[in-house]
Amino acid sequence: MAEETIFEGTGVRPETREQTDERVYAASQWQLMWWRLRRHKLAMAAGIVLIIFYLMVIGAEFISTSDPTASEAQRGLMSPQRIYVFDGWKPSLYVHAVEGKRDPITFKRVYESNPDEKVPLRLFARGFEYKFLGFIPTDRHLIGPAEGRAEDTVFILGTDLQGRDLWSRLIMATRVSMTIGLVSVTVSLFLGVLLGGISGYYGGWIDMVIQRVIEILRSIPTIPLWMGIAASVPRDWSIIKVYFAITIIIAIIGWTELARVVRGRFLSLREEDFVAAAELAGASQMRIIFRHMVPSFLSHIIAATTLAFPAIIIAETSLSFLGLGLRPPAISWGVLLQAAQQVQAVALTPWLLVPAVPVIIAVLAFNFLGDGLRDAADPYG
Amino acid sequence: MLTFLARRLVLALITVWAISLITFAIIQLPPGDYVTAYIAQLETQGDFISEDEAVNLRNEYGLGDSFVVQYFKWVRNASRGSFGMAMEYREPVIDVIGDRLALTAALTFTSIIFTWILAIPIGIYSAVRQYSVGDYAFTFIGFLGLAIPNFLLALVVLYAGFIWFDASVGGLFSPEMVDSPYNLAKILDLLQHLWLPSIILAIAGTAQLIRVLRANLLDELQKPYVVTARAKGLSEWRVVMKYPLRVALNPLISTIGYLLPLIVSGSIIVSVVMSLPTVGPLLLKALIAQDMFLAGTIILLIGLMTVVGTFISDILLAWVDPRIRLEGT
Repeated sequence: MAEETIFEGTGVRPETREQTDERVYAASQWQLMWWRLRRHKLAMAAGIVLIIFYLMVIGAEFISTSDPTASEAQRGLMSPQRIYVFDGWKPSLYVHAVEGKRDPITFKRVYESNPDEKVPLRLFARGFEYKFLGFIPTDRHLIGPAEGRAEDTVFILGTDLQGRDLWSRLIMATRVSMTIGLVSVTVSLFLGVLLGGISGYYGGWIDMVIQRVIEILRSIPTIPLWMGIAASVPRDWSIIKVYFAITIIIAIIGWTELARVVRGRFLSLREEDFVAAAELAGASQMRIIFRHMVPSFLSHIIAATTLAFPAIIIAETSLSFLGLGLRPPAISWGVLLQAAQQVQAVALTPWLLVPAVPVIIAVLAFNFLGDGLRDAADPYG
Repeated sequence: MLTFLARRLVLALITVWAISLITFAIIQLPPGDYVTAYIAQLETQGDFISEDEAVNLRNEYGLGDSFVVQYFKWVRNASRGSFGMAMEYREPVIDVIGDRLALTAALTFTSIIFTWILAIPIGIYSAVRQYSVGDYAFTFIGFLGLAIPNFLLALVVLYAGFIWFDASVGGLFSPEMVDSPYNLAKILDLLQHLWLPSIILAIAGTAQLIRVLRANLLDELQKPYVVTARAKGLSEWRVVMKYPLRVALNPLISTIGYLLPLIVSGSIIVSVVMSLPTVGPLLLKALIAQDMFLAGTIILLIGLMTVVGTFISDILLAWVDPRIRLEGT
């Protein structure tokens, strides 16, 4: 391999060429990929966004301000409360108190914020009790009313029809939707690597059959198919069971792209000298596959896996939005968006559309990171 | 050419068979059978049927038979155009679906047309003016188009229409036109409503097609024959349009194969959001009511439509591109 090509891929500045020469030659494949990925600004930004997302998944209860399932009819469809950081010139954290009244003519609840009555907020405030990371019991939250009176509330994104805090629900939904992505991708990955690997390694009629199956699966519109299968999930199943059923349904139809990538890699690697060498040296098939071939295309699989997330997130959101995926009391992005189905209603309560924002950000981030990873996946290219 | 088409036809037939099998499995999935669901449906309407009628119905649909026998009976009936009864409507399934299927096809077709209308000029522009502000802008919009699920886009458009124009942009017909028989006025009315959902559906496909077209055209523009054409003094317009574009346009046809399932998929859920009278809302209602014959038929017919569309695009592709025609021989 020419010296130049190695250099191009690493993002090392020419000034420091003398000393980095050795670094580049000594660097492992993963080191080279990391260097290359780091140059891809958009992918790095996307990666950071995704890390934040998954940190939110882990610390969901800590970030939420009130119990996402606690409902109260007295404060349904409250608009978002603005958080003030300055009181005049004095730094201070508060919201205006909101009073709910019933309009005597339309009988609709209307809310008026009262600028004279300030509800002080503080960081690490006490709120509902939960177990941080699942085992540390605490009642501290990132932000909340300082005095902890029952009537002091802070609704950063307003409330839904049942008076539940949309911000807290959005955080919980992020947990569900982002982990559905993870679980579903894992199942897809397993199917894709297994079937794509068999297809690419053995070739012949097995390859033929698997390729045709993939072609057929890809030529059927997925949403009606997903809807059909999802609708047969029994209504009386528990949230956890429905969660896994939906995950598997999405994975069953989503593995084809991954299988295609894996097969392509197997086909091209089968011809490589080092595989022939391993074969001649008498290595077993398993050893050739897992010791020699898989490490050299693992990076491509990681890239393809990242690119598989968007479709899965959109699938779950769509299904839940239609009422065929996760169902309340489960909370996911799609479930939250169900409240926004009627435009006439949304026109009056536009904050119910907010759950669309994390969907779009997550999908974009996975796309950008996946693109960057794909470019970096072959550091010798 | 013939071998190519024969191969494609066989694959299309296998696909149809696979779709029918999957559809039938979906029909069979929910607990209970059609007749129990039908009786339950009737009871909620304060109606009932006698034991004899129930037995007759069971015999008619062969519900006592094994899965395989039932499947063959269903296929035999389906191939005669008889798909069973839609419960809620008490009408043959095919009567309930008829119009809506035609509108679904119309929506899909216009969406593909829009995909091309949008993607071709933008793709050419992005390739010819590579790294210009416009190129970056379109790339960014393209990424957004890929990232926003089209039902969300539909929601936002509906919302915007409601807020700014105080108009309901849903539906495919004006309220006064819904029940009128088909005539010129109704079709014009349809066209007036069709463009918006079509564009919403076209966005995702457009974004992908722009990227493909841009990449292909960039490859072609590097080739020596383009340099020759330029050296001979052809205008820049002709240099691009005459040869490189024709080569680069191929993916437009070959991508129908994946564009079609994508758009059909999207149309289902966009139709639900925008309350379009296509098969989408009907499918959702049927699935929620567990009217599995209706739901299954819709899934089957949508699948069939997609396969036929893909097959037509294959013929077109073979006709346009000699490389594909000769590949099989």
